[in-house]
Amino acid sequence: MTPTLFVLAYLAIVLYIGIFAFRQSRGQAEDYFLAGRALGPWVFVLSLFGTHMTAFAILGSSGHAFNFGIVTFGLMASSSAFVVPICLLFLGTRLWAVGKKFGHITPVQIFRDRWECGHIGTLIFFLQAALLVPYIVIGVMGGGTTLSVISGGLIPFWAGGLLVAVVVMSYVFFGGMRGTAWVNAFQTALFLTFGMIAVVVIGNGMGGFSSIAERMLDDTKSAHLLTREKFSPLAFLSYTFNPLSAIAFPHIAIFCLTAKKMTQFKKTVMLYPICILLIWLPCVCLGVFANQAQEIPALAAKIDLKALTGRPVVADDVMLQLLSHFAPEWLAGMLGAGIMAAVMASDSQILALSTMFTEDIFAFYGARDRFGQKAQVATGRLFIVLVTAFAYFTALNAKASIFDLAIQFSFAGFSAMMPLYVGALFWKGSTKWGALAATIWVAGCTLALFFAPRGFTVFGLLPVVPMTLGSVFLLWFVSILTPKPSANTVTRYFSV
Amino acid sequence: MKIPILLLLIFYYALHQDFWNWTTARPLIFGFIPIGLLYHALYAAGASLLMVFLVRWAWPERLEAWVEKEPEA
Repeated sequence: MTPTLFVLAYLAIVLYIGIFAFRQSRGQAEDYFLAGRALGPWVFVLSLFGTHMTAFAILGSSGHAFNFGIVTFGLMASSSAFVVPICLLFLGTRLWAVGKKFGHITPVQIFRDRWECGHIGTLIFFLQAALLVPYIVIGVMGGGTTLSVISGGLIPFWAGGLLVAVVVMSYVFFGGMRGTAWVNAFQTALFLTFGMIAVVVIGNGMGGFSSIAERMLDDTKSAHLLTREKFSPLAFLSYTFNPLSAIAFPHIAIFCLTAKKMTQFKKTVMLYPICILLIWLPCVCLGVFANQAQEIPALAAKIDLKALTGRPVVADDVMLQLLSHFAPEWLAGMLGAGIMAAVMASDSQILALSTMFTEDIFAFYGARDRFGQKAQVATGRLFIVLVTAFAYFTALNAKASIFDLAIQFSFAGFSAMMPLYVGALFWKGSTKWGALAATIWVAGCTLALFFAPRGFTVFGLLPVVPMTLGSVFLLWFVSILTPKPSANTVTRYFSV
Repeated sequence: MKIPILLLLIFYYALHQDFWNWTTARPLIFGFIPIGLLYHALYAAGASLLMVFLVRWAWPERLEAWVEKEPEA
């Protein structure tokens, strides 16, 4: 019962932060959606990282490591530690500069202005929205799983997911970007503090990691989990394309626009790899070593099922099961709140979707001029309620694991959209028709992925590779054949 | 971007594909961390040092001046 109370207290705190942020707001669109482009350096670092680290990083990674072993860290963490800061350094700063100079709030506004297009931007909006929804669903699923396990089943999955969805919706609704950024900064600090403690406590509870590792190596069924022998090097290589999605995620791109000064990116870029290391290493270690936790009935059942079928099992709750069993109640409560913190990163995605809708559709098609900025913010808030409700009901029926949902749709799709950002911001020769061709390609591939069998590859490579390379090719090829934007626009963007 | 920096980035990217650690878990560092996992943990830590270097030598300073010089928004 104690851990549940800690988590509920945590939810009350983040709700209060959102309401406090609401009191600071000035009611204008830029203030609500971008915190007035005035976030301080540390809030920017912590909240940008918190925005990117979601249920996928905590629950999905330990569940994946439980099934596939240490390869999980190389697949997503170490590649992200290299690729994401590079994207922030070269693309994030450019986005910030263009946003600040021309007053843009969303990536689609940049695309429309840069390529002198209207409806192509609308198409990009719809694709971004469709790809972002699975990620929001992941957050709700993570919230439901966390509360259900932490409370020992007292709070069922549907109620846990509902509670998390309502809390997230409330502080995003009231606090906008300021509330979301403050909550994310608080969440990241909380998880970074307690993540390492979790490893030590659970390790001791399990009798020490050294003996577990030796036992795993002695057992032919589990020894491969400490190597990568069952994982194809080509598939491993493919995964390095997934972190390209980071900058193409609308919530990350929009977040890049909130910095007060460009120098705030410096701390973020330098600390990002360390933050990834501190969060992913404990999760992967615990996920792998959970294969020896036979004393926990829920995990023993998963281990037996895995051995019996030779197939991966749904294991998003592995970390929480370890926590509930091995940590003292008060610590399980604190750590549960820390996990909940990461799981609730869906807030920034919900806000991003609302920002995009109100700016790229509502304002672009004239409603802001007709009804005013207050109506725009009100519409954004209504949209937040609708998106959260949709994500909640989808999460109740989602059958895939958190890791699979993220990898199959969101990461592959957004990675393949990254060339649009590079083209718009760095290549004078890119055109709206090239962007349209790349967008249709990504949309078509994502739709095809929906029907493709699980684990589908192209010459041993994951779909993300041909999707991204195809997007690069089409953007280039169609752009060289089609008319460029006006010289004035090109000069405006490239007079740096 | 300067060519040496580009080459450095390609080299660091290539280091991610550590085929030499593929099939072995030993030595277990600190008694429990397989060598392949330690390699990638160090790779992540090394990426932080690389970013310190890039911020020092490849920081797009002119962007900030560009934004402040001609406000058009």
